[in-house]
Amino acid sequence: MTATNGNGLAPGADAANGTGRRPLLETRGLSVDFGGLHALDGLDFEVHEGEIVSVIGPNGAGKTTLFNAITATVERSAGDILFEGTSLLGLDPNRVTARGIARTFQNVRLFANMTVLENVMVSQHCRTRQHAFGALFYTPSFRREEAEIRRRAEKVLGFFGSRLVGYRFDQPAFTLSYANRRRLEIARAMATQPKLILLDEPVAGMNPVESAELTGMIGRLRDEWGFAIVVIEHQMDVVREVSDRVVVLDHGTKIAEGDYADVSTDPRVIEAYLGQGTETS
Amino acid sequence: MTGVLLPPPETGAMGGRAETPPAPSRAVLAQDWRRLVRLGAVGAFAQVFIALSNMPVRLDERVVVKPVLSLGYLTLLVVPFAAGYRVGHQIKREGMPVYAAGAHEVAGGAACGALAGGGLSLLAVLLANFDLREPLVNWSPMLAELLAFGNATWFAVVVWLLIGAAIGAVGGILRTLGPRTRRAAVTMALAVAGAAVMEPLVVDLAEGMRLEALTDRLYARRGGVNWTSALGLAAGSGVLAVLGRGRIRQARAHIASLEGAKRNRANSGLIVLTGAALIILPLFAGKLTNELLANVGLFVLLALGLNVVVGLAGILDLGYVAFFAVGSYSAAVLTAATSPRINPELPWLVALIAVVIITGLVGLFIGAPVIRMRGDYLAIVTLGFGEIIRLLFLSDWLSGWFGGSQGITKIPGAGIFGLTSVAGTDPRRVFYLVLAFCAIAIYVSWRLERSRLGRAWTAVREDETVAEAMGINTVNVKLLAFVVGAILGSFSGAIFSAKVGSVFPNSFLILVSIVILVVVIFGGMGSIVGVIAGSAVLIGVLGGPKQPGLLAEFSEFKLLIYGALLIWMMLARPEGLIPSVRRSRELHQEEMAQDAWLRGQVEDDDGSGAQAAPTP
Repeated sequence: MTATNGNGLAPGADAANGTGRRPLLETRGLSVDFGGLHALDGLDFEVHEGEIVSVIGPNGAGKTTLFNAITATVERSAGDILFEGTSLLGLDPNRVTARGIARTFQNVRLFANMTVLENVMVSQHCRTRQHAFGALFYTPSFRREEAEIRRRAEKVLGFFGSRLVGYRFDQPAFTLSYANRRRLEIARAMATQPKLILLDEPVAGMNPVESAELTGMIGRLRDEWGFAIVVIEHQMDVVREVSDRVVVLDHGTKIAEGDYADVSTDPRVIEAYLGQGTETS
Repeated sequence: MTGVLLPPPETGAMGGRAETPPAPSRAVLAQDWRRLVRLGAVGAFAQVFIALSNMPVRLDERVVVKPVLSLGYLTLLVVPFAAGYRVGHQIKREGMPVYAAGAHEVAGGAACGALAGGGLSLLAVLLANFDLREPLVNWSPMLAELLAFGNATWFAVVVWLLIGAAIGAVGGILRTLGPRTRRAAVTMALAVAGAAVMEPLVVDLAEGMRLEALTDRLYARRGGVNWTSALGLAAGSGVLAVLGRGRIRQARAHIASLEGAKRNRANSGLIVLTGAALIILPLFAGKLTNELLANVGLFVLLALGLNVVVGLAGILDLGYVAFFAVGSYSAAVLTAATSPRINPELPWLVALIAVVIITGLVGLFIGAPVIRMRGDYLAIVTLGFGEIIRLLFLSDWLSGWFGGSQGITKIPGAGIFGLTSVAGTDPRRVFYLVLAFCAIAIYVSWRLERSRLGRAWTAVREDETVAEAMGINTVNVKLLAFVVGAILGSFSGAIFSAKVGSVFPNSFLILVSIVILVVVIFGGMGSIVGVIAGSAVLIGVLGGPKQPGLLAEFSEFKLLIYGALLIWMMLARPEGLIPSVRRSRELHQEEMAQDAWLRGQVEDDDGSGAQAAPTP
């Protein structure tokens, strides 16, 4: 069964990014089963450094499951995930984050009762070391680190212009507007100091003005901060705007890959989105 | 029947309410009869329940105001008052008419109170005609006498209807008062009630300060506030309340509005003052007060420890008494000469270090399997471990070490550097020792909450899955909370064993865990001040599992009152007495978001920068 998956299309990937460089993230034959359902079925997928890859596909294609498998939130049933050449298998989600992969969630999941600043400070947990001792005795290194955490948090929030700074620092996250919650979630992911950010539908629920603004920001995230980015997105204009490469999933397998123009005209993609034509055999 | 519609929210938020014309009041008979009867019936049921629990008879000995009112009768008067006050409550909704309180409320309160009092009338008739002793064993024949004031049954029937109506009307009248008068009335009632409740404490302190003349005038010889001095007290406090005009509240609002540095200074000033009072006060206090303070302090220490686990890290630990037990027993074994197997007779402070290490390890040992669970499962498992520890101390298997049900006795007091020895015979020294450890516990909770670790705890409590995805090792972080809680609890245990001089397995019943948890919930989860206030109210006034409080007469009904208080708290103020900011946020997210919206702080979806951005 797995032999008939979309592996035949894999060469397109190397064509797009050429150069036999070792990818930053690579999944090999990744499968995730939920009972009898193959949410991911032998998926080969890679992301190179400094690249923005969009993952698209109809609902239930396995896009979010791919994110969950990479961040170890769901257990994979077969295959391997390599990050910078070493396997992520068997790591807890927090270790994966420590290795340099951060994510946002499709249904925004902030720490709603913590303030904006605290949300971004707490996500630096795995990059900082001070423990109970330093906190209790208020050691110089503790104070230095706290100041550094705060400085970094302010810097990350500053990336979003005036939106999340000033009096907003001390407001609980639940008072933020929907768009700002999405921005804060990205800020929180940035603060973990990752190499790769996984954005799960970053512009969902935003109006056209906001989504255009955020589209520009995704590009800046790569250019100014040097993150590689994987985006799950349904809005095609955003996909066209940001992606270096587009990967199309359907039923847990890759059915197309390449730049936006190629993919959007691929008959298999159109079929996956619009259903099969009238001719049935 | 025309009322004034509630102003729309915009004007309401800007204080437009002052401009609306005075609302008319309702006609006397236009009651919501169904609601009134329902409340009255609930009140009547509560009255019968309280009477049959024998509370009135048992508490009759404690006099509140000398010839007129005993605590026993007070328990029967509370219900009609509450019913009478409650029935006048208007639910204010947008678009619903608002009425001014007036004769309607008074009449409704009287009717509702009469219904509640009618429960006792009915009970008096039942007691006179049927033998209820068989199914309802708690009450005594004295109850009938108490209900009838020593007269015939018909007297009881009439008098309780009248008393109910009168008290209910008082509740209704309270509704009709303006805010200032109401504040004065409440202050007067609280002043008298406070004087009555604090009687043992005040007498004890007055003796220490040589002010017996004052207390002799205030209190009757065999307990209770003299009615003359009660009137004087009420008048004095009423005048003060009118003159004060809520200055205390203003001062608090003022402190809260101060800038960071200034507020810190004000707060630390308050802390220093409180600390100084707590150090000076016991010098003038006798045995009774110091004993009480020491008991409250022990529970503050326990509650602060549990607060780290439950309030900060969100781990619902129902077996917290385990750490109290381990702390007590290990201190006992290490210091007492009489402990069965090993008796190194270490000095107390040296033993304390070992106790901390042992309890920390036990915390780690219990925590490691427990911490991987979540929610209800975790709570049940901790409950189990709490019992397991107690049963281990009780078991024959370990009785060679811990004495089984005989426990360990003749534990020496806590020696501090050979300077003094703190034993239960001198509650003042015990209190100072407890105070010192409370200060440590407060410092630890305060520092940890404001550190990387504290933030991680909050994140784990908010959403464990996301916290893990954000790089927090949730297992380690939660385990650490468990261990910190265990160590703070062990302090209390070590002091407890030195204070009491003996430890037995049945000092560590599951009830202790529950009482500590109730203290934390009642005071305000995650709030240090709240936890202290919770211990002061629950342990100080009502008493701990085995420790008498100011109202020692309540001891039999303590759990009943705890339960009632907890239910009332969950309904009226789920965030606790003095809540932490974060906890109130959790419970009132929607209201706060609405308030922020009204203040115009949550718009901006297309505000400022976005409008300049080009459309796609």
